[in-house]
Amino acid sequence: MGKHALLIEDEPNITEAIRFILARDGWQVSIHGDGADAVDVVARIAPDIVILDVMLPGRSGYEILDELRAGAATRDLPVLMLTARGQERDRRRAEDAGASRFMTKPFSNSEVLAAMREMVGP
Amino acid sequence: MPRSALMGTRIRETRLRRGLRQAELARQVGVSPSYLNLIEHNRRRPGAALAEALGAALQIPPGAFAEDAQDPLLDALREAAAAGQGFEAAEFERIEEFVGRFPGWAELLAGQGRRLAALEQTVERLSDRMTHDPYLSAALHDVLSAISSVRSTAAILAESDDIDPGWRQRFHANLHADSERLGAGAQALVSYLDNAEDEEMSLAAPQEELEAWLAAQEYHVAALEHGSEAAIEALIADAPELATRPARALAARFLHRYRADARALPLGPFLAALRALGPDPAALAARFDAPLPMVLRRIAALPPREGVAQSGLVLCDASGTLVFRKPVQGFAFPRFGAACPLWPLYQALLQPARPIHRRVEMAGRMPRRFQTYAICSPHPSARFDAPMVVEATMLILPAEAEGVAADGGAAEPVGTSCRICPREGCPARREPSILAEEF
Repeated sequence: MGKHALLIEDEPNITEAIRFILARDGWQVSIHGDGADAVDVVARIAPDIVILDVMLPGRSGYEILDELRAGAATRDLPVLMLTARGQERDRRRAEDAGASRFMTKPFSNSEVLAAMREMVGP
Repeated sequence: MPRSALMGTRIRETRLRRGLRQAELARQVGVSPSYLNLIEHNRRRPGAALAEALGAALQIPPGAFAEDAQDPLLDALREAAAAGQGFEAAEFERIEEFVGRFPGWAELLAGQGRRLAALEQTVERLSDRMTHDPYLSAALHDVLSAISSVRSTAAILAESDDIDPGWRQRFHANLHADSERLGAGAQALVSYLDNAEDEEMSLAAPQEELEAWLAAQEYHVAALEHGSEAAIEALIADAPELATRPARALAARFLHRYRADARALPLGPFLAALRALGPDPAALAARFDAPLPMVLRRIAALPPREGVAQSGLVLCDASGTLVFRKPVQGFAFPRFGAACPLWPLYQALLQPARPIHRRVEMAGRMPRRFQTYAICSPHPSARFDAPMVVEATMLILPAEAEGVAADGGAAEPVGTSCRICPREGCPARREPSILAEEF
């Protein structure tokens, strides 16, 4: 069984596409579409990596990341942030919150895969 | 503005009409003919005493010269100078000479100054919109998300030869749904930005659009004196000045209040009382058992040929922002930015519900005096258990206006705004004036 990725994203078609390319690449993929309880889901699933959208219903990706970085178990968890915002201040905001990597939409499938392999290994 | 309104030019024209030689007038007022010549060609500005002597010799009514000093073109040039970087204060003294000698260039410069100020406001509004507009942010996010989905899905379909037919069908369906969503989103965005161009990029702020329309009506809306609610919609629909939706919304709010004022204080009886009592807001309020702010608004909304000869009105909210301006000659309002903190309008803000009557003198080369009546009251939309919302209202009447209380005694000094106010040692000054000395 490959590494476990948790995708927190509320756009169903993006979710479906990412899930497909990750599964085909050998990843075990879990999906969650709501920001409100995302931290609980991370704690329960304990993935190897999280792909986290910024604009989520219930709670923003930045807030979720802040809480993940404050928890002992998730302080060093690799997190790839996805956002439609690509301005420098958004990149800084993601870095300040502790994102391992920041990627702006629209992204390419190969970029996502390459970044994930680099972050947690094949 | 015809340049004949300039003081020097007017002196010359009046002297010639009276058949007076330049040397004779100079002798009468005690200056040399060459100095009078400079004055008549707008190269020098006479002081108050000399202006008074010239007025007496030429039989020009008192106050007529003061109107020249408040020429809108001169005001516009002063504002342009105040906004300019590194403008030589010494040259400020020569604005009237500049206007007299180069009227076309002066008009152009004043127009450019106004346009620059308006553009700066537009840029500010647009910047604000791009940064904070939640609709724009959400719409762009939606479009980018759809593009992301299309890009990922299309790449899967293009790069995978061995894709399961079930997945292939799902991805085709997703592509179709995303392309429709993208089309709708892009259309909505274009439509939104088109409207924004109409409404937010117009050079005038909504308040200015409303004021331009009211100025065209001379601030008296005859159709509402006996008109119905329906008249308001018709008025707005027929007003080309009210080009944007925010301006029309402001106008609707203003006109509903105007109609309510007109119903409470009908024109005929109010004019009759005004003639009997004079423009005394307290007496009029007592006569009609009406709130003072309403009386102040009503006086300022009377037909100019039947009410008081001239009246200005200004309203502000608790932040001090001027939310309504009816100008009166000689009492200049700042077009942008904050006004003089010494205005009784702001004193009223500090003492809600207390009527404040002050005689003020507006700074200028030819200072003019006004009677002001101000009061701060809860905003009509105030509700229980909500933050206190107040509105201050100030009526401005020229001190020499017919029926206005005699202008004896001292007047409190006020200005337009600090940047173009010459008063030295003002305790309320916020920033230095570009005027080294008086106008």
